[in-house]
Amino acid sequence: MFDSLSSKLQNAFKNLRGLGKISEANVGDSLREVRQALLEADVNFKVARDFIERVRAKSIGQEVIQSIQPGQQIIKIIHDELVDLLGSANAGLELSGNPSCVLLVGLHGSGKTTSSGKLGRLLLKHGRTPLLVAADVYRPAAMDQLETLGRQVGLPVYLHRGETDVLKIAREALEFARANNRNTLIFDTAGRLQIDGPLVQELVRLRDLIKPQETLLVLDAATGQEAVNVATHFDQALNISGSILTKLDGDARGGAALSLKAVTGKPIKFAGVGEKLEDFEPFHPERMASRILGMGDVVSLVERAAEAVNVDEAMRMEEKMRKGQFSLEDFLDQLRQMKKLGSLESIVSMLPGGAEALKNNDLSKQEKEFAHTEALICAMTPQERRNPPILNAKRRQRIAKGSGVSVAELNTMLNKFAQMQQMMKKMGKFQKMMARMGGGAAGLLKR
Amino acid sequence: MGLFDKFKAGLQKTQSKLAHEIKRIVTRSPRLPAEALEELEAALISADLGIDMTAQILEAVRKSYESQGTSGLDVFAVAEREVEASLGSARVELLRAPNGPTVVSVVGVNGTGKTTTAAKLAHLIQSRGQTVLLAACDTFRAAAIEQLKHWGQRLKVDVVAGAYGADAASVGHDAVAAAQARKSDYLFVDTAGRLHTKHNLMQELQKLHRVMGKQLTGAPHEVLLVIDATTGMNALNQAREFNKAVPLSGLIVTKLDGTSKGGMVVAVQRELGLPVKFIGLGEQPDDLQPFDPKAFAQALFARQ
Repeated sequence: MFDSLSSKLQNAFKNLRGLGKISEANVGDSLREVRQALLEADVNFKVARDFIERVRAKSIGQEVIQSIQPGQQIIKIIHDELVDLLGSANAGLELSGNPSCVLLVGLHGSGKTTSSGKLGRLLLKHGRTPLLVAADVYRPAAMDQLETLGRQVGLPVYLHRGETDVLKIAREALEFARANNRNTLIFDTAGRLQIDGPLVQELVRLRDLIKPQETLLVLDAATGQEAVNVATHFDQALNISGSILTKLDGDARGGAALSLKAVTGKPIKFAGVGEKLEDFEPFHPERMASRILGMGDVVSLVERAAEAVNVDEAMRMEEKMRKGQFSLEDFLDQLRQMKKLGSLESIVSMLPGGAEALKNNDLSKQEKEFAHTEALICAMTPQERRNPPILNAKRRQRIAKGSGVSVAELNTMLNKFAQMQQMMKKMGKFQKMMARMGGGAAGLLKR
Repeated sequence: MGLFDKFKAGLQKTQSKLAHEIKRIVTRSPRLPAEALEELEAALISADLGIDMTAQILEAVRKSYESQGTSGLDVFAVAEREVEASLGSARVELLRAPNGPTVVSVVGVNGTGKTTTAAKLAHLIQSRGQTVLLAACDTFRAAAIEQLKHWGQRLKVDVVAGAYGADAASVGHDAVAAAQARKSDYLFVDTAGRLHTKHNLMQELQKLHRVMGKQLTGAPHEVLLVIDATTGMNALNQAREFNKAVPLSGLIVTKLDGTSKGGMVVAVQRELGLPVKFIGLGEQPDDLQPFDPKAFAQALFARQ
């Protein structure tokens, strides 16, 4: 998407070179493209319109920097403006009181219960003593769900099965917290429509009772135009202090984030990025802006790599590659490390233009090839892995049988590997040069 | 393409434009004012119809508006007709297997309302005097099994369930076997929510369906994708990917009792030709209604 957006912009600005300043007419075409991109990302159309106006005002009259492409310059303006809108540096939680309360609210199925568990885990890691409070008295088994999550993250859960009075539960929970020295209460409430008067009033009464330091709106990243209504109503009724954007691990472009921020002016504080309880992180406006514009998410990829890859290991590997001592054993290690990064699909989708490329390609075939390679190497003896030339026909047949992969495929794999080794030896010299310049893959990861 | 063909193709556009102009003049229709178009565009976009669909409808509306004479019909009425037409005609009923239980798999991303929908479907079948069984194949989410069991108790429907972390396919297998043994008319399978981008989870769903198909030929007979009405353009991706993994037979749009219009199903239906079978309108068992294209189109343009 970014590729198409940027090439379209490039086209619109072809004639701009040589001009001194960006003018109204130059900008018109490209802003239409940007509007399209925003609407496709589910940014509310009114928000998109206002945003476009701001960019228009900012870009007209700007000097064209001769050294860069005007299209890029406009993209930069748009990107910066988006980042600006999405959030003044990511805001943490204000938890001052003892006990302090966090209230999670939102539509049905936006992920309140899961977020409660995830937030509890995060706060626990930051040295607080959270108590999860099951205040969803409507959805069947919602309390059981929170109880299970509490057990998984090692947190106490206050629940009172069969009680339908939310306020009573809240009072009991506050008492329980005082008695058990819990300094942070996280209230998981029932999902409700923003227009459901009585249910919203129930939240208002709950808020007035517990006086939460933080009232967070939980919103699904795939929410469409409706995000504006949801955010406006919840904010009016409860004066929210921020929000949590969930299910960001999907491929929704997340324009709802912009709508949300634009109408409430409250920061987006956290993002839910996976099914596991540790898949919860502070919100990054920078990345969200790239995502809304369809620019990929290289930063997240690098972060994920840094988490999955052991730096010392990487250095050792680099050394081996340089000296041409890279064996099949090392190759196996590399394959396994890559697996830790996630599926090929998810890696590619984080690259600029990757999502677009994925539409026409099925990477599961390559993924299968990796699995075969892994099986083949696993079926070899350590000696064979270190010294592939000893692989005669008999050994090859044994390996094929052991791994369930054909001999032909084994041969192809070995040929490829031999070529790779050759390449690495050649690269060695180049790498040395790079190392002297202070670069190299391992160096990058360290930073 | 020969030169002549190219020429012809090139003319086609001009010709149709010309034909339209002549029609407009003959019928003495007024041109569609730009403000009306803008207003309509805003309505379509804010109902989540998406850019492409909006452009298509705008064009269709312009054409039919400018050839209908001077009756001065409301632009929105014309748009309503267009949407209704593109949604296909008759209501589509739940399929029925020729013999043995009909297995219906309920799939979708997280938090769209699969469990509630499965329970509502069971209630619907029950109210018709047919027998029904539920299968709790969401063995991943905390308390998903309890949630379905609660519904089972409330509706007095038996629920086949396994343990958490168990293979969903094994639960599916047992449920189909149980439905066969009891000669149930319907079996509704509640599956775990999964994002369509997670390849391994989609494979797990394929396996569940494969295993059920081995136990009973043709199962699952119906695969319904549950879409949250508040979802934006991502609904199209969801439908596309789920349909690729497990061919879908229809859609259910939930949470239409809010202010969201669920307009993206128009785009989904246009691209994949999947009928919307039901809509969810609340948390009560009988809040599941058959989909009515006419009423849906009307609601889409209802001005608040």
